[in-house]
Amino acid sequence: MDLKTKALTKSIWVFHVSAGSCNNCDIEILDCFTPRFDVERFGIQLIGSVRHADALLITGAMNRKAVPRMKEIYRQAPKPCIVVACGICALSQHMFRDSYNVREPLDKILPVDVYIPGCPPKPEAIISGIIKALDKLKENNNHGHKKQD
Amino acid sequence: MVKLIFNYLVFPGFLFSAVIGLLACWLERKVSARLQWRVGPPWYQNFADIIKLTGKEIIVPSTMRRTFLLAPYLGLLGLVLATTILGGAARLSLGGFTGDLIVVIYLFIMPAISLIIGASASGNPLASVGASREMKLVLAYELPLILSIITVIIKAAGAIRLEQIVFYQVSYGSFIFSFSGAIAFVVALICIQAKIGLAPFDISEAEQELMAGVLIEYSGLPLAIYKLNKAILLYALPLFLTILFLAKDLSPLFIIGKFLLIWLVIFLIKNTNPRLRIDQAMRFFWGPVTLLAIAGVILAILGK
Repeated sequence: MDLKTKALTKSIWVFHVSAGSCNNCDIEILDCFTPRFDVERFGIQLIGSVRHADALLITGAMNRKAVPRMKEIYRQAPKPCIVVACGICALSQHMFRDSYNVREPLDKILPVDVYIPGCPPKPEAIISGIIKALDKLKENNNHGHKKQD
Repeated sequence: MVKLIFNYLVFPGFLFSAVIGLLACWLERKVSARLQWRVGPPWYQNFADIIKLTGKEIIVPSTMRRTFLLAPYLGLLGLVLATTILGGAARLSLGGFTGDLIVVIYLFIMPAISLIIGASASGNPLASVGASREMKLVLAYELPLILSIITVIIKAAGAIRLEQIVFYQVSYGSFIFSFSGAIAFVVALICIQAKIGLAPFDISEAEQELMAGVLIEYSGLPLAIYKLNKAILLYALPLFLTILFLAKDLSPLFIIGKFLLIWLVIFLIKNTNPRLRIDQAMRFFWGPVTLLAIAGVILAILGK
């Protein structure tokens, strides 16, 4: 593992995208930054601009309006960028499965690296998901394999 | 010649100031975290951020490519020159080029100008709002800052060379221990808060309204350079204040103590104040702060 990947695992800047979620996952994500969990200990920060992002944290069922915007956001993010699906809606559409305005789950649209189930997932689950994402980053680098867009 | 290059690139210049500045950035995050009952990041956090950013993809807007990519270096070059001059004035044994106060004042505007140029070149509407705010903020804080520097020049019997100002304080005591000096120090402290871009004056980066404001389109290495600019500012401006107001004893231990004191005050102001609107900030700087600075100048002329 070279220095830059090592630094990347120590400093993940997260861009939080809501694709039509009910706000519950979003509240749990913000919980991770409170004194009780404090993920800034591991260098994880929420940032405002997608150009600075190392991870896209996506919540919510992907409705039709959100899909093109989500693709655009992923295109705008500088690579390497991991995609984390957070909450059961982003994983498998949950109760919106047969809804008229939700067509396909997130991993049919973007290359998802980590799935965090739960409705909403606990902050502990989100932190453990991010750690799994870090492992994946290391693994990718060890095998000299570049992720496809 | 070799010594000059060494001074510029390594000892009081680029490498040294970058390391101290990144540690100061960590201190800022740690103090903020402790004030909010959090643990905060480890000491190498900001180094990791910078190294990580150098490994990321650099995305460049289709308009004004060259200006966009060169703007961060403009600020870095000016800033490193300023730290070299200031370091030379603080440690007179280093010799080499010793500049005067006016050069340093100009060099310290370079980071703000580079931000404005870079943000304008990026063609993003949020960045252009940030650039216009940065421009107004520069206009606002430069007036009281220069007035407080004039106070120092009057107190030092008209000396504008940095080493003369240091010598004057070594023989007659630090300027902060007089009425006019104390007033000018307070004014300068508020102004450097705005110069570094910490809350309550982080108006151009305003994360909640402008996302990242001026930096919104930057990614990868140019963003790392901007972060480095900010880190070096966090080291260079307290050094500037130390030389202007607290230069009685410049042995390493005392310098560290003075730095910690100034940093602590800046970070406490940052953590206890919400962000101002740009019009409030301008009214604040051109109203009470400028009046205070003028009072300092008048007191200095009267010899207090």
